[in-house]
Amino acid sequence: MYPSRFRYEAPRTLDEALALLAEHGDEAKILAGGQSLVPMMKLRFAAPGVLVDINGVQGLAYHQEVPGGGLRVGALCRHVDLEHSAILPGAQPTMAAAAPLVADPIVRTRGTLVGSLCHADPQGDWASVMLALDGAVVAASPRGLRTIPVGEFVVGTFQNALEQDEIAVEAVVPAAQGTRSGSYLKLERRVGDFATAGVAVALESDGGRVVRAGIALTGVGPATIAAVDAQQALLGSSLEPDVVERAAELAAAVARPRTDHRGTADYKRHVVATFVRRILTAERAPAGAAA
Amino acid sequence: MTATAEPATGSQALDEVKIGGLGSSRPRVEDARFIRGRGNYVEDVTLPGMLHMEILRSPLAHARIKSIDTSAAWAIPGVKLVLTGEMAAQRNLAWMPTLSYDTQAVLATDKVRFQGQEVACVVAEDPYIAKDACDAIVVEYEALPPIVNPEQAVAPGAPLIRDDKAGQADNVAYQWEVGDKDGTDAAFAQADVVSKLRLHYPRSHPSPIENCGAVADFNNATGKLTVYLTSQAPHIVRAAVALIAELPEHLIRIISPDVGGGFGNKVPVYPGYVCAILCSILTAKPVKWIEDNTGNLSSTGFGRDMYLDSEMALTNDGKILAVRYHATTDQGAFYADAQPTKFKIGLVHSSFACYDVPVGHITAQGMYTNKAPGGVAYRCSFRVTEAMFFQERMMQAAADDLGMDQAEFRRRNLVRDDQFPYRTPFGFLTDSGQYLKCLQVGLDAIGYDDFLVEQAEARKQGRLLGIGISTMTEPLGAGNSREYDILGIKMFDSAELRVHPTGKAVLKIGAQTQGQGHETTFAQIVTHELGIPATDIVVEHGDTDHTPFGMGTYASRSTPVAGAATAMVARKIRAKARKLAAHLLEVSEEDVEWELGRFFVRGAESRGVTIQECAMAAYSNMPDGMEPGLENNAYYDPPNLTWPFACYIATVEVDPETGVWDVLRFVGVDDCGVRINPMIVEGQIMGGLTEAYAISNMQFQTYDVDGNLVGANYMDYLLPTAWETPGFELHEVVTPSPHHPIGAKGVGECAAVGGPAAYVNAVMDALRPTGVRNIDMPLLPDRVWHAAHTGQDVSGAPPFRTE
Ligand SMILES: Cc1cc2nc3c(=O)[nH]c(=O)nc-3n(C[C@H](O)[C@H](O)[C@H](O)COP(=O)(O)OP(=O)(O)OC[C@H]3O[C@@H](n4cnc5c(N)ncnc54)[C@H](O)[C@@H]3O)c2cc1C
Repeated sequence: MYPSRFRYEAPRTLDEALALLAEHGDEAKILAGGQSLVPMMKLRFAAPGVLVDINGVQGLAYHQEVPGGGLRVGALCRHVDLEHSAILPGAQPTMAAAAPLVADPIVRTRGTLVGSLCHADPQGDWASVMLALDGAVVAASPRGLRTIPVGEFVVGTFQNALEQDEIAVEAVVPAAQGTRSGSYLKLERRVGDFATAGVAVALESDGGRVVRAGIALTGVGPATIAAVDAQQALLGSSLEPDVVERAAELAAAVARPRTDHRGTADYKRHVVATFVRRILTAERAPAGAAA
Repeated sequence: MTATAEPATGSQALDEVKIGGLGSSRPRVEDARFIRGRGNYVEDVTLPGMLHMEILRSPLAHARIKSIDTSAAWAIPGVKLVLTGEMAAQRNLAWMPTLSYDTQAVLATDKVRFQGQEVACVVAEDPYIAKDACDAIVVEYEALPPIVNPEQAVAPGAPLIRDDKAGQADNVAYQWEVGDKDGTDAAFAQADVVSKLRLHYPRSHPSPIENCGAVADFNNATGKLTVYLTSQAPHIVRAAVALIAELPEHLIRIISPDVGGGFGNKVPVYPGYVCAILCSILTAKPVKWIEDNTGNLSSTGFGRDMYLDSEMALTNDGKILAVRYHATTDQGAFYADAQPTKFKIGLVHSSFACYDVPVGHITAQGMYTNKAPGGVAYRCSFRVTEAMFFQERMMQAAADDLGMDQAEFRRRNLVRDDQFPYRTPFGFLTDSGQYLKCLQVGLDAIGYDDFLVEQAEARKQGRLLGIGISTMTEPLGAGNSREYDILGIKMFDSAELRVHPTGKAVLKIGAQTQGQGHETTFAQIVTHELGIPATDIVVEHGDTDHTPFGMGTYASRSTPVAGAATAMVARKIRAKARKLAAHLLEVSEEDVEWELGRFFVRGAESRGVTIQECAMAAYSNMPDGMEPGLENNAYYDPPNLTWPFACYIATVEVDPETGVWDVLRFVGVDDCGVRINPMIVEGQIMGGLTEAYAISNMQFQTYDVDGNLVGANYMDYLLPTAWETPGFELHEVVTPSPHHPIGAKGVGECAAVGGPAAYVNAVMDALRPTGVRNIDMPLLPDRVWHAAHTGQDVSGAPPFRTE
């Protein structure tokens, strides 16, 4: 397929990239992994006049723990880096569970977590994970840096909170208030398929009791959904079966799925409940053991 | 090195497997270029001064065209031609005939009849400009109500889709019937049990990795038209172009270079080809057209989309007395099935050929709908896929209704070895087989009895395990010339063999590989007949100026027909070589004996000459009066179809909470007669079983109420990856075809034809406690979950409902 004509710019520094955005305004688009933008361009759903390719900008490919807890993920950290990360399995179980479920191996070598957040696809896996973890996006502009919580960053279907002249430079996960646990489950028809439904659960517990809970849903609404009531239901609990059941029901209740070729709305809601139940039931043993 | 240098005792025949003859799993010679990126596909063809063509497609399923304004497109720099249906009509090319004796619009003039239909095309200096110009064409449509299934097509007040056709008063494309109605009715009157089943076999798409495309090069100095084309049947295309475009056939050359998969999708002549040719004539420049994925998925030959309404008459002890069914095919907007049989619905009446069924009756009708045309593609001999799926789903339902074990029910009804040749209830003559043996090999391999115990145990714990069997024979290798033709040309095939002075050979065939490995296996047939090592033989095909006329490759026909022609031409060469051998050995021809690779004097085995020595003699030392050279050709008209048999068995586990099902094991037993290259045969079977898995599990094309295609790109239309594809355990039984020169049968499609029922039967078996009788393919997790939770059947028939 043949995209519309566009100009291609490859800045070497963040400042150059910001200058290009300032110069071209809404004509310009950032190109990170290109795994969402390029497919849209080839279908001419997106037709940016100027592509600002940030892949040559140094120092954005990291992901690292923050002293005292938490994680920073640079704008050019690829899905594959997270999939093979030495840090995530111990420190960030929800992210570790999600990384190998994003897209397929080919897409994972190019696509980025930050790009996925920027793309704000309701079926994007990272947005749910980062929402459950209470993460945020750091945006750079000529005015400096600002930090936007993921819940405010993703404003709608394919809509993020960035200004025209801003670049997302990293995503951050705050330090945990206790022991971290959690997971990500995704129902997909085939490897590389977007989620029929996905559930991210991120728990922080202290003394066997849940002190913070994040539950977010992928692919079952016009945007990533935070299951706030379900989160609340878990607080203070030790994931007792009735609590788990209640959280599963509450999470399913906030899902707003549509019937499509991936499944009926009823089915997707049912999958949400099933996945919440499965993750929490699996977490109960380790959480209890920590008590 | 001469044979006479060998010791004087014993046979000096060559080791056939070592020299790459029958039974040798020699690596595919094609792979050397494919894995190095040295293949040559239509997209790789670049000619001096070449222009690029892009097609504008209809966004609507059914609409009247009120106006087409091309002025903005013409105004774009670099645009050379904007072609509309009206302009094509001036050349009498707005419509073209289909292979099923209907007509199809090349570029729409009056109405658009399906989403994705070709409306106009642009030729420009590069493909980007061509695309820009397509976007600049303004078409004014007046929407008409779309029809997306046969029921809507016959509903009172349904809009007439084919108002272009004189005498077409409704949306019925054809009606057809076969079998013995009275005999069948009488048998049903005697039945203890009548088993019924209704289902829909969904639309699927062959989805070759390489889309369709062409480079048309009309030379206005010589008047010659050369077209590089992604075709499975270049010779038929030449004939069709001669008929459609009214160009002289000797000035048309069709070249199919490497073809990146076909699966039936690349048999027809598509509007894009006609447009490229016309545009090349009009611009006097080479014109390249490369279809995109959505274009391929939304406008080219699909498979299936067929409804079954069936009944089977049974005795209490499990004998089938009769079968009858009505089948409805959804043809799309044009009846463009690429099928050469005399039967409107293809070979659907080959169903039940492997069972001893006394009598049957099938009625069928085809419907026009506002969907893409061309219904018999996808690795299928003209609807045998539906035939065998219907059969095997009906077999399972019948066994359930009888309360009889699946395997035992089949055992009681399969045709026995001593019944061949066997006349089926619908008039076919099956050639050979060992059906019961194949079934038993399969059951033993899967550990049938043990699995039933395991299944019962698992059910007690709420786990749903299932086992599904599919046994079938199918008719492969069209034709014979009595019943099969394309545009009147009989379904023979051809081979031409030239042996060079040094004993190396070139084989030219009328078939057209698209991944089957003909360049490897057809050499092996020559090796088998002549003893020339396979590495000394090159196989050529796909250039109509330089290969003999053949009907192409589809419907598993290449080995049955072109393969037979290859054996026959090699035998002609051997006959001449024998005369040369007699001359060289100074004995009379009657005293010359053949063993692989060598002639020798009867009674004096050490006195012999190799085939290579004979070849040299053909050019350097022929007897007086003999024509020099060692080459010949053969056209083969098969006496019958070949009938391979397969037994596929799947075991699955269904997750009752999510409806997701996993294949635990899959056993395949194939009897395709003599295997030329066992590795390639297994590759064909594994590929087919993978496609069967895809169709049963995830893959389908459907339409919503507005006639929008669901599954028009590869994010929605799923091809399975190595990750989800199950492992296959393959076994073989060999029953040679009695009428094929080397005893081979077709095999290319067996697994794609017989495979789906094994998966579906396994899932239905797992769900047996729920009372669900049928879920239409694909057995998507949500469908399985709904069925398991409600105990109701799930229909997959369009329109596809979204919210
Ligand atoms: C076949 C396929 C399957 C896929 N399956 C999945 C899946 O299962 N789950 C899933 O979550 N995703 C999936 N994806 C999407 C993939 O994860 C993408 O990598 C991701 O959505 C976008 O990241 P990217 O780096 O490729 O962004 P790009 O495509 O480069 O950009 C996406 C958008 O974000 C903007 N953008 C990117 N980076 C920045 C930045 N630093 N600052 C400001 N704006 C920015 C771009 O301008 C663009 O609008 C799939 C993609 C493909 C092609």
